[in-house]
Amino acid sequence: MRYFFNRLGFLILSIWAAITLNFILPRLMPGNPAETIFAKFQGHMQPSQLHAMELQFGFSNKPFILQYFQYLGSLLTGHWGLSYTYYPTSVSQIIVTSLPWTIGLLGIATVISVVVGTLVGILIAWRRGGIADSTLPIATMFFQSMPLFWLGLVLVYFLAFTLNWFPMFHGYSSSVNVGWNWPFISSVIYHGILPAIVVFLGSISGWIIGMRNNMINTLGEDYVVFAEAKGVSNSRLIFMYAARNALLPQVTSLAIALSSIVGGQILVEQVFSYPGIGYQLTNAVSMEDYPLIQGMFLIIALSVLLVNFLVDMLYGRLDPRVRRRGTES
Amino acid sequence: MDEKTPVLEIKDLSVSYQTPSGFVEAVRGVNLTLYPEEIIGLVGESGSGKSTMAFAVMRLLKGEATVTGGLIKVLGKDVYSLNKKELRLFRWDQMAMVFQSAMSALNPVMTVEKQIFDTILSHRPQMSRQEVRTRAEELMDMVRIDRKHLKSFPHELSGGMRQRIVIAIAIALHPKMVIMDEPTTALDVVVQRSILNQIKEIQKTEKFSILFISHDFSLVAEMATRVAIMYAGRIVEMTDSQTLKLGERHHPYTDGLLRAIPQLTSEDVVIEGISGNPPDLKLLPSGCAFHPRCALAMERCKTEMPIPHPQPIGYIECHLYSEEGSRG
Repeated sequence: MRYFFNRLGFLILSIWAAITLNFILPRLMPGNPAETIFAKFQGHMQPSQLHAMELQFGFSNKPFILQYFQYLGSLLTGHWGLSYTYYPTSVSQIIVTSLPWTIGLLGIATVISVVVGTLVGILIAWRRGGIADSTLPIATMFFQSMPLFWLGLVLVYFLAFTLNWFPMFHGYSSSVNVGWNWPFISSVIYHGILPAIVVFLGSISGWIIGMRNNMINTLGEDYVVFAEAKGVSNSRLIFMYAARNALLPQVTSLAIALSSIVGGQILVEQVFSYPGIGYQLTNAVSMEDYPLIQGMFLIIALSVLLVNFLVDMLYGRLDPRVRRRGTES
Repeated sequence: MDEKTPVLEIKDLSVSYQTPSGFVEAVRGVNLTLYPEEIIGLVGESGSGKSTMAFAVMRLLKGEATVTGGLIKVLGKDVYSLNKKELRLFRWDQMAMVFQSAMSALNPVMTVEKQIFDTILSHRPQMSRQEVRTRAEELMDMVRIDRKHLKSFPHELSGGMRQRIVIAIAIALHPKMVIMDEPTTALDVVVQRSILNQIKEIQKTEKFSILFISHDFSLVAEMATRVAIMYAGRIVEMTDSQTLKLGERHHPYTDGLLRAIPQLTSEDVVIEGISGNPPDLKLLPSGCAFHPRCALAMERCKTEMPIPHPQPIGYIECHLYSEEGSRG
C-alpha cells in the first residue's frame, strides 16, 4: 500500500511538472499565434484586428502567476482552448474524438504484439535450437528493420490499392452510421486491420528476441534447475519459475512501448489517414494550430505518465523486491 | 553395514563434457556405494569433478555434459533407465539435493510457502492444503525458522535462513538420500556451524543418507563416517574419518591436503600446500594424474595408471601401496 501511495505521489508531482512546463514553454517563445496569423496576411490586416484576435485567443498582460492559476483552473474545467483549424471546435473535443482511435488501434495492436511475442519468446527459448528458434527471430527482424511507414505504404499499395482487399485510409467507411451498431463496428475493425498489422509486424521481433534472451538466462538460473529437480511439472516450471522472472525486463519495455503509443505512431496514422492523435498532431503542426498542439502535448505527457504509473503498479505486483524497495525509500 | 542394500551405487561412472576440442572427461570411472543412514564425505579441489558427479547422480546434467559410461543405481533403481515422467516423480521423492548455490536456489518472486507447496504437491497431488501446510510448518520447525517466514519472499531472508529453507525443501518428501553440494560454502563460520549441527540432527531423526560434498577437509572429517578423496575425476582414496584424522597411510594427495589444514593448537604454524595446479582435464598427465605434483612420484607413475589397493579401511589408488611400492 505504501508502494502505491509512493508511486501515486510521484505521478501527481510529475503531472504538475508537465502541466507547468506546458504553460511556460509557449510563453518563452517570441511572438504569439496571433502575430503569426498577422504576418501571414502580409499587411492586409489592421493592428486593431491583431488586438482583437489576441483578445479572442485570451492573451492578457496580467502577471504571469495569475495567468498560471487561470491556466490551471481552465485545464481542470476542461477549457483547453479552441482549435484554429476546426474553429470553433474546442481542443478537448478534438482530443476526446481522436484519442479512442489511437488507443483502440495502436493499444490493441501493441498488446497483441507483446502477448504473442512474449509467448513465442518463451516457447522458442524452451525449445532452444529448434526450427522455430532459428527462423522466427530472423524472419520478424526483417520487418522490424524496415521503417514502419514504408512497410505501411507497401501494404497499402499491394493489399489495398492493387488487390483491393483492405480499405486504403480512414478509420471507418463513410457509408455507415457512427454508433454502437454492427456495420459500424465491423467497418472499424476492417479499417483497422492493415495499420494493426503494420504495428504488429513492426514491433513483434523485439518482444520475441527480448523474451527469448531473458528466458535463456533465467532457464540457467539455479532456482529453475532446483525447481526441475524437485519435480515441478514442465508447464509450471516454464511459466511460474522461468517466464515469471524473465518477464520483469519485458515489463519495462512495455512501459516504453505503451508510452509511445499515444504520441509515437504519427507516421503510421499519417500513412493510413487514421483519425487518431498522431494524425491530428501532424495536422495541427502544419496548420500552426497552437492551442491544439499544446493540448496534444499535454495529453501525450499525461498518457506517458499515467502508463508509467500503471506499469509501476504492475511491476510491483510481479516483483516483490520492488515493492519492498518502494516502502523503504 | 555391508549386508544392507545400498542407497546409492555408482559403478564405473564416467561423465564427459563436449568441447570444441573434443570430449573432456570430468569424471573417470568412479565407484562409490552409499549405505542407509550413512554420511559419505566427498572432498577435492575445484574442478575435480565432485559437482559433476552429483549432477550425474541426480540426472541433472545439462548441455555439453553427458554420462559416457557406468551405472548409477539409487535404491536399486537405475536412474538412467527411467523415462521422463518416472524420473520427475522419482527424483526428490527418493533422492534430493541441496545445491552449492543455495542462495540463488529459491525463486525470487514466490513466497517460501509456495515453493514448499510446489515441491510437495508435485509429488503428492492428493494431499489436502491443510496437510501440506502442516507439513510445511513441520519442516520450518525442523530447520528452526519461525513459521511466519512461510509468508516471506527469499529476499527478505538472510543467507543462512535461505540455506535452511533449501534444506527443508530437500527433506520435504522424506527422501532416502540427500546430496549436499557444498551446502555452507557461502556462509560465515558461525552460521555454517549451526547449519551443520542441524543437518546432523535432522539426519538422525529422519534417517536418510548423505553424500556430503565439500572442499573443506576438517568439515568433512567431522560430518562424515566415510570419506572419499577425489582428484581429476577419480576417487583416489576411500577411507573413514577416523583414519583420515589419525591414520598414517594416505594417498600423497590426501597427505598434501591434510598438511594444508592450519593447526590452531600446534606451535608449528607453517602451512604447506601442494605445489602446482589441478591438471587441465583436456591434457591429463599420463599414468597417475597426480604424478607431476607428487613428491613421491616414481618412474612407473608416469606411464601406468594405479589401481585401487585395499587398505584396512577403504582403498588407496597409488603405486606406493602396491606390493613393489615403498609403503606396500
